[in-house]
Amino acid sequence: MILDQTKYLFVTTFLFLIGLSGIFLNRKNIIILLMSIELMLLAINFNFIVFSVFLDDILGQLFALLILTVAAAESAIGLAILIIYYRIRGTIAIELINLIKG
Amino acid sequence: MYLSIIAFPLIGCFFSGMFGRILSPKGVAFISITCVFSSFVLSLLSVFEVGFSHCPTFVRFYPWIDSELFDAGWSFCFDSLTVSMCVTVTFISTLVHIYSTSYMSHDPHQARFMSYLSLFTFSMLMLITADNFVQLFFGWEAVGVCSYLLINFWFTRLSANKAAIKAMVINRIGDFGLALGIFVIFATFKTVDYAVVFSLVPYYTTKTIYFLQFELDLITTICVLLFIGAMGKSAQLGLHTWLPDAMEGPTPVSALIHAATMVTAGVFLIIRCSFLYENSYLGLSVLTLVGSGTAFFAAMTGVLQNDLKKVIAYSTCSQLGYMVFACGLSNYSISIFHLMNHAYFKALLFLSAGSIIHALADEQDMRKMGGLVQVLPFSYTMILIGSLALMGFPFLTGFYSKDVILEIAFANYNLAGIIGFWLGLLSAGLTSFYSFRLIYLTFLSNPNGFKSSMQQAKDAPFALGFPLFILGICSLVVGFCTKELFIGLGTPYWNNAIFILPEHIVIIDAEFLSVFVKWLPFFVSISAATLSFFLYKDLASILFAIYKTNLGHNFYIFVNRKWLFDKLQNELISVSLLRFGYSTTYKVIDKGFIELFGPSGLSKLVVQISRNLSNLQSGLLNHYAFFIFIGVIFFTSISILFALFSIYIEVYVFFLLLVTWLLLLL
Repeated sequence: MILDQTKYLFVTTFLFLIGLSGIFLNRKNIIILLMSIELMLLAINFNFIVFSVFLDDILGQLFALLILTVAAAESAIGLAILIIYYRIRGTIAIELINLIKG
Repeated sequence: MYLSIIAFPLIGCFFSGMFGRILSPKGVAFISITCVFSSFVLSLLSVFEVGFSHCPTFVRFYPWIDSELFDAGWSFCFDSLTVSMCVTVTFISTLVHIYSTSYMSHDPHQARFMSYLSLFTFSMLMLITADNFVQLFFGWEAVGVCSYLLINFWFTRLSANKAAIKAMVINRIGDFGLALGIFVIFATFKTVDYAVVFSLVPYYTTKTIYFLQFELDLITTICVLLFIGAMGKSAQLGLHTWLPDAMEGPTPVSALIHAATMVTAGVFLIIRCSFLYENSYLGLSVLTLVGSGTAFFAAMTGVLQNDLKKVIAYSTCSQLGYMVFACGLSNYSISIFHLMNHAYFKALLFLSAGSIIHALADEQDMRKMGGLVQVLPFSYTMILIGSLALMGFPFLTGFYSKDVILEIAFANYNLAGIIGFWLGLLSAGLTSFYSFRLIYLTFLSNPNGFKSSMQQAKDAPFALGFPLFILGICSLVVGFCTKELFIGLGTPYWNNAIFILPEHIVIIDAEFLSVFVKWLPFFVSISAATLSFFLYKDLASILFAIYKTNLGHNFYIFVNRKWLFDKLQNELISVSLLRFGYSTTYKVIDKGFIELFGPSGLSKLVVQISRNLSNLQSGLLNHYAFFIFIGVIFFTSISILFALFSIYIEVYVFFLLLVTWLLLLL
């Protein structure tokens, strides 16, 4: 099987960049931020899988599974923090999260 | 005895300066005159001992700078050259002191004046008796200070202040040259002692010195540098502008500066360094050309000056040119002879001019005088004697030195000698021209002065007249009496004080010149004097017609404004230097470059960078995420670039580049 690897890599990179720009450009909503992070993780995952198939090595797919679980856990934690935060501050707009300014 | 010659004027200066208020003007006059006169008498004795009995005396007085290899002490050297100068200086100074008691009698600061005069004499004596170059430099600077003090004696006059500062500043340029010359001498000979330096000179004639990758002849370099010093003091072409302006001082000061002290210092330095100059052909040529140029330029300028004292000042300048160019022709003894003769008649001229100015209530403009021969017959006689001596009338003092200088110049068969001869001849003519112009305008023409001042004009009182009388006698006979002693063929008087290379001796050639050449200066002078007299007496209308033409007017302005030397100096040198000082060194370098890379620039840079850095910390999440991303990209790219470039570039250089980029980014 001859796979044109660059096309897959292009897709993953594109996905990754969408996620990244989601983080950079998003100034409104933390949920979108979390979603962008998920997107980036998925892009990386996709990369792993593509290379795994390409190199015919199962380790990449195993790693992708691991990342999926970690991502799920992470987004659960993120959402939990979000809810607590909303309870305290009454908003989830990023612009207003200025507590980390030195 | 030898130390007393120097000490007496200093004692006089001390008492009249410190206790002038207690001693009263008369007491001050008595003390200072006594001191200087004693010094004069001792100088005569020293002439007997050193000059006639051939016993040069060296006095090691006290160590001054005594540091291992560098040894410059207060030590004095009395050889024939020094004692001849000593006599001239103390003699003129004594007469000027006597003269000043009357001339400055109306001045409340007479004591201060006498004190300065004595100090001036002391400085000059220090200069001429010095045994090493450093002590000479001390005397040199002290003379400069005294000239400043005396020119600026009437310190409330703006023009006097300006003239004094000008004298100081222009002399500073010369002193710079002299100091450099002394440095080179020390660097070469490892000593500043005359005796050592002069005896070592022949071994250094082929040595060279490197300056800015130029290979210069060592002895010539020293000679030229010393000559720059002499130019400043002796008012040679280029650095002469202070001399006529120094006329702002009281007239006795002018007489002292022009006759005995100050301006003769430069010529003295050249004669003292004859051992150096003799070994440098180029140095001698420079002396000849600059000297004869000065003689001609100053004589020409003197022709169209209207200020009585300025005419005489330019005549001094011109005579100094003669002295320097006599040195350039290797005839140092003739130069010093002319220096001494010149001292007598120039002091006479100045002091007589002072008595005229005094009689006319401080009027100095010759156009406002005239007809004074009836009012001031004594001054007229004295000015006439002085002028005749100056223009080299046969058998008067000036004749014996000036004519010899011209003969020597003609006997020197090289280009410099020929140029010197013709310029010298022309200036001899011009000298007689302006001398008789001065006499005619001041004494013989129709009276043009104010009636009130003419009515009050009285001839000189005793204290004014006595020095004039003595100087008049000197101007008449001194040249005749001392000619054989000083410049006679094979005279033993100089006794190794002056060195002339055997090839350079032309005094015998000069004896066998054709009669025509020998008489030429006389005819030129006499005809110029006659021409001047009749031009101003009978043909004044023609002069006026010439003056009215465009060319004549421009010529008059050009010469009357001293060949526009001051204007050139001011506008080409001073203004451009000032502009450079302000806009370049001050604005661009001091306030620009150094500020930017120095204190304020750096501190501003630190503040700016830290502000930029703290602005990065916006507190917005997405910004931070962006920075993280940029950082990751940056470090990844570094590692990739490093892998790429490590083949070509040194690792350290790579890191340097990185740091630079980082800084630039900030």
